[in-house]
Amino acid sequence: MRITFPHMGNSYIAISALLKELGLEVVIPPPCSKRTLELGVRYSPEFVCLPLKINLGNYLEAMDRGANAILMAGGWGPCRFGYYAQVERDILQDLGRDFNMVIIEAPDSQLWSLLNQVRQMGIRASWFQVWSGIRLAWEKLKAIDSLEAQQHYWLPRVIDKSRCERIISRGLKSVDNCCESRRITEALDKVTRELSGLVRDPDNGDPVRIGLVGEIYTLLEPFANYDLERHLGRMGAEVVRSVNLTQWVNDHIFGGFLPAAPSLHATLSLARPYLQYWVGGHGRETVASTVCYARQELDGVIQVAPLTCMPEIVAQSVLTRVQEAEGIPVMTMYFDEHAGEAGIITRLEAFLDMIRWRKNKMGDTDAQNIPGSRRRFC
Amino acid sequence: MRVGIPRGLFFYHLYPQWKSFFNNLGWEVTTSPPTHKTMASAGILAAVSEACFPVKVLYGHILELAAQEVDWIFMPRLVSIERRSYICPKFMGIPDMLRAQIPGLPPLIDLCIDVSRDERDLFRELDNWAKKVGLKPGRVRKAWLDSTQATHALEAICRQGHTLEGGIRIWEGKPLVRSVPGDLAIGVLGHCYTLNDRLISLGLFERLREMGASAVTNEMLDPLEVEEAAARLPKRVFWTVGRKMVGTALLLNQDEKIDGLIYLTCFGCGPDSMMAKIIERRMNKPFMLLTVDEHSGEAGVVTRLEAFCDMLRRQRRLGLENNLSAYGEFLYSH
Repeated sequence: MRITFPHMGNSYIAISALLKELGLEVVIPPPCSKRTLELGVRYSPEFVCLPLKINLGNYLEAMDRGANAILMAGGWGPCRFGYYAQVERDILQDLGRDFNMVIIEAPDSQLWSLLNQVRQMGIRASWFQVWSGIRLAWEKLKAIDSLEAQQHYWLPRVIDKSRCERIISRGLKSVDNCCESRRITEALDKVTRELSGLVRDPDNGDPVRIGLVGEIYTLLEPFANYDLERHLGRMGAEVVRSVNLTQWVNDHIFGGFLPAAPSLHATLSLARPYLQYWVGGHGRETVASTVCYARQELDGVIQVAPLTCMPEIVAQSVLTRVQEAEGIPVMTMYFDEHAGEAGIITRLEAFLDMIRWRKNKMGDTDAQNIPGSRRRFC
Repeated sequence: MRVGIPRGLFFYHLYPQWKSFFNNLGWEVTTSPPTHKTMASAGILAAVSEACFPVKVLYGHILELAAQEVDWIFMPRLVSIERRSYICPKFMGIPDMLRAQIPGLPPLIDLCIDVSRDERDLFRELDNWAKKVGLKPGRVRKAWLDSTQATHALEAICRQGHTLEGGIRIWEGKPLVRSVPGDLAIGVLGHCYTLNDRLISLGLFERLREMGASAVTNEMLDPLEVEEAAARLPKRVFWTVGRKMVGTALLLNQDEKIDGLIYLTCFGCGPDSMMAKIIERRMNKPFMLLTVDEHSGEAGVVTRLEAFCDMLRRQRRLGLENNLSAYGEFLYSH
């Protein structure tokens, strides 16, 4: 069995580490590219959301490289993701592909039932192997999160932005190659050392801070958001992202069981005055994080989601009120296969210009009289 | 007390129940008129542009009710109307969406209807609401339990071959135009609020009738058989309407009397985007997916329906029993 799985940002580093530890032969799909998307779009239902299209492209490209099994997560709604694997399997079967699909139906907060499913996949790994695989994958997830956070921090602050990006991607590569957690720490230390040696931009010592909220796949997969984080960083804005991998894995697979990652559940109550119920996906988290960022006095929030994402449409509707009541500018960006990078850059530039203007004015003594301040925003 | 019920979304399934619930409490019920263009335009302006057309239409109905003399607007948070199933995330957030986007809204009765785990959750919610409005919880519970009769009555009417919209008219005791059965029988799939709202569906049922085709919808079938057919999928569909559609499609697919199927969906509908694919590849009969939204023109829809009916008749005339593609291969995946 040569197993593959869909991409989601840098998560492949941890997933492949886990699968390899379990003794499986792993085919990592080639990095998402135009070709991936084209393949996916050609065979997907027209109005389905973008992640499914990219997933499908990943599988097809991985199958070209010899994969014959797919590992995918499931779910029980109401978000479309829960039925992704079913539709993807149908499409691939119609294409005449011969493969085996392993679907992990998200067990609700049951660590043991997850491990049992892993065993039922026909993997003859010992419990010790399973445990050490999970531990290594978890260490790698933490390393990925830390590297991404460092990029968010340093990219706007340094002069040589390309070099900063190179250091991070070299760091990711060495984390990917590590087989022991000790080596991971070393790789991280090296990155930190190199980054702090970079020349800082004297004009941007206190960059504007932008919160990124929204649907998890679009947030974490740079290909799905047209490299939003990198563009923001290069434009001199520090990015604060509401979801990261460790937190998601902890909340959804380990049921908040691991103490290491801060849980998003803690901030959920902040959404209550605006959205009183969960709405599937990350809809409520989006609203809660936006409120949280407004209280932390971030300068603005960008909500990202794939076009027609149901939970995020609910969140977007509610955010119109949140931005007025909490006094934080919010911009919503939907992505699909028709988005163009130039258009996205223009929107980001305009948003940042406006935020900087607002920030400067807010510094003045009579900030209350400015149309863009506290109360009415849009 | 006067409660306004908007004629949108699950109105077409649950209006009789909601009406009898409030009547049992001695409250007066009023509804918004059938959707018209001005109302839809107002809704489109009020909602975010990414929302689906039925949600925008609902905004229009709410605005219409807000302009009337009502004490309350009944807009429940429909999380789940049966075990382990949801309807759509938008249904779960709609009261909050309305409050965020429509200023000067009359107070909403946003009962949270969630029986995904247990009926008891619903009764607890009813008790809380009763306390809030100063009614006796026992009385509210009884009113609710009695009102479920109305849903059964509506279902029984629809089983005799009526659409939900027609069924509601009969339930209210209004006269109904009896239609002459046509020579074609077409299975029509879709959410109740797309099919039964004439503005959204662009008069699909009337158009089909004019073309001599009688429509068969989910409500006309035996719910148990539909459920059994839907259970043939490898994974249970967790959307109430999605599962009904799959069941209906699979059931009608075996029915010799059915000539073809039409799936009417609104642009941006999440569950439909997946279900249409699942259904399409399991169909042996002619199948057409019709996507509409606020930009759809009636003429375009009529042309497609005419072409579909012509094709079905031609197929029957020529006695083509197979459905081989003229192209020589399976085309859905291209």
